[in-house]
Amino acid sequence: MEIADSRVKVKRLSDTKKSLLFLIPSLILLLIFFIGPMVLTFIFSFTNLALTGAAAKHTEFVGFENFTRMFEDPEFRTSVWNTIVFVFFSAILGQCLLGFLIAFMMKEKNVTFRRIVGLIIIAAWVTPEVVVGFCWVAFLSDNGTANWLIGLLGFKPVAWLFSFPMVSVIIANVWRGTAFSMMVFQSALDEIPKEVEEAAHMDGATRWRIVTSITIPMVKGTIATNLMLVTLSTLGVFTLIYTMTGGGPGVETTTLPIFMFKQAFVSYQLGYGTAISLVLLAIGAIASLIYMKILKTKV
Amino acid sequence: MGQKSRKIETMIHYLILAVLALLFLLPLLWMLFASVDPHAKQALKVPDSVTLNNFKAIITDPKLIRSFWIGLLISACQAVLVVIVCVLAAYPLSRYKMKYRKSFMTTILFMTSLPMTAVIVPVYQLFLHLKFQDSLVAVTLFLTASSLPYAIWMVKNFMDSVPLDLEESAWVDGATVLQGVRKIVAPLMLPGIFTVGIFTFTGSWGNFFVPYILLQTPEKMPASVTIFQFFGSYGMVNYGKLAAFSIIYSMPVVLLYALSQRFMSKGFSMGGASKG
Repeated sequence: MEIADSRVKVKRLSDTKKSLLFLIPSLILLLIFFIGPMVLTFIFSFTNLALTGAAAKHTEFVGFENFTRMFEDPEFRTSVWNTIVFVFFSAILGQCLLGFLIAFMMKEKNVTFRRIVGLIIIAAWVTPEVVVGFCWVAFLSDNGTANWLIGLLGFKPVAWLFSFPMVSVIIANVWRGTAFSMMVFQSALDEIPKEVEEAAHMDGATRWRIVTSITIPMVKGTIATNLMLVTLSTLGVFTLIYTMTGGGPGVETTTLPIFMFKQAFVSYQLGYGTAISLVLLAIGAIASLIYMKILKTKV
Repeated sequence: MGQKSRKIETMIHYLILAVLALLFLLPLLWMLFASVDPHAKQALKVPDSVTLNNFKAIITDPKLIRSFWIGLLISACQAVLVVIVCVLAAYPLSRYKMKYRKSFMTTILFMTSLPMTAVIVPVYQLFLHLKFQDSLVAVTLFLTASSLPYAIWMVKNFMDSVPLDLEESAWVDGATVLQGVRKIVAPLMLPGIFTVGIFTFTGSWGNFFVPYILLQTPEKMPASVTIFQFFGSYGMVNYGKLAAFSIIYSMPVVLLYALSQRFMSKGFSMGGASKG
């Protein structure tokens, strides 16, 4: 036994170096397709890289030209604003708050009822993004279900995608993403011991008081992590907006990813496009660092 | 008083939840009804007669079928690659005391949350440069790399809960490290592996952005792109076919989701294995 034990130890030691080989496939893939492009983003954003025109033949470093151009570009400013509006309303107010409210209301309800409601909301989440786009284009079209519904309430039909394009994409994104927050909050709320709330109730605390000073503080960590995760994933939303409005009408729903796409792949200004992605990446990196900080304090 | 207000509150909750569920259901219901309606319109309507012609039109179109196979190929290859590569990477991260393990894991966690949308422009440039453009293999590899950070992170955590003594007894019996991983560790964390695999497949199947930008030839486009093009050219006219296409296209992920719930509910009772 003793010999076997020491043999195992020797094996573990000698294999430590060898087992670094296990990391090589990941490292190669990550270097070529993840870290490499990120470094390139940084480099390209200081060049006049383009697919067509004179710049296509002679790519040069242009210093901060892309960035000065960007900050003077009204379309860039609009898309930053649109991104903020989109993320705030669809991720923070929409998905997180609605997800929390649904999870909260579902607590201690009939199991079958919970299952059916949960299934419907999750079905929206499982549906592929492109399909979500179509469903909502049809739903919000002039003769669509939305206008039929508000017609029942006595309102005149609305050209949703033209008159309220931002509202439309926000609603669609809330529809698609709420399930995630709901599931996260459901498991967090289920972990709160029943006794804690009951004890507070016995002490005469009002319902509102229990929610604000017991329930919410107890899931504070979950709220923070979920908020960051949802913000990060909403920041990169491209497909949903692209299929629904294409960033239009005009630039009304052009968020940073759409703006980046237009500059890089429609106008073929790759240098300018990468400068925009660098901004997007920087916002993402900051949000990601905050998220990691929250995780650390939580664990 | 308290009892009564509690009851009213419960009633209100039921009411709000029921209305919300209905609102969430309507767009999906439209898709279901439109797909079997011979005269589907934009508005939700119970069809007067039921037809399967919309579905037939989609599954008999060789171009669309081809795109389904390509999508399946990309997503399946990506899922398998991600699982193999991340299990390999997770092993030393979980088992050995390495100098840089902590900073490596922190970097991985940081990478999981970066918006991948942002790197597509330089990736496109890289593909042009390396003549990877329009290559299904390169697209699959790029997608694999982009899902590696979260996969490594998750699998490493799953692996941490597989006890080391089982593996050690295999070593005593003369198994190599790789054999230990394949025969002891991997089978014990199968639920975790399936979760990561299914998650990767689902994400890849629904990914429209990456193939849309990195591929050019129409014949190489996966279903996520052809459905978008179909929408652009026929969608506004033929809602029934579009709905049928959408349903067929959504099927694999819906089924996989249901399957993954099975795995999740079985739980991870791996701790007990070493005692038994």
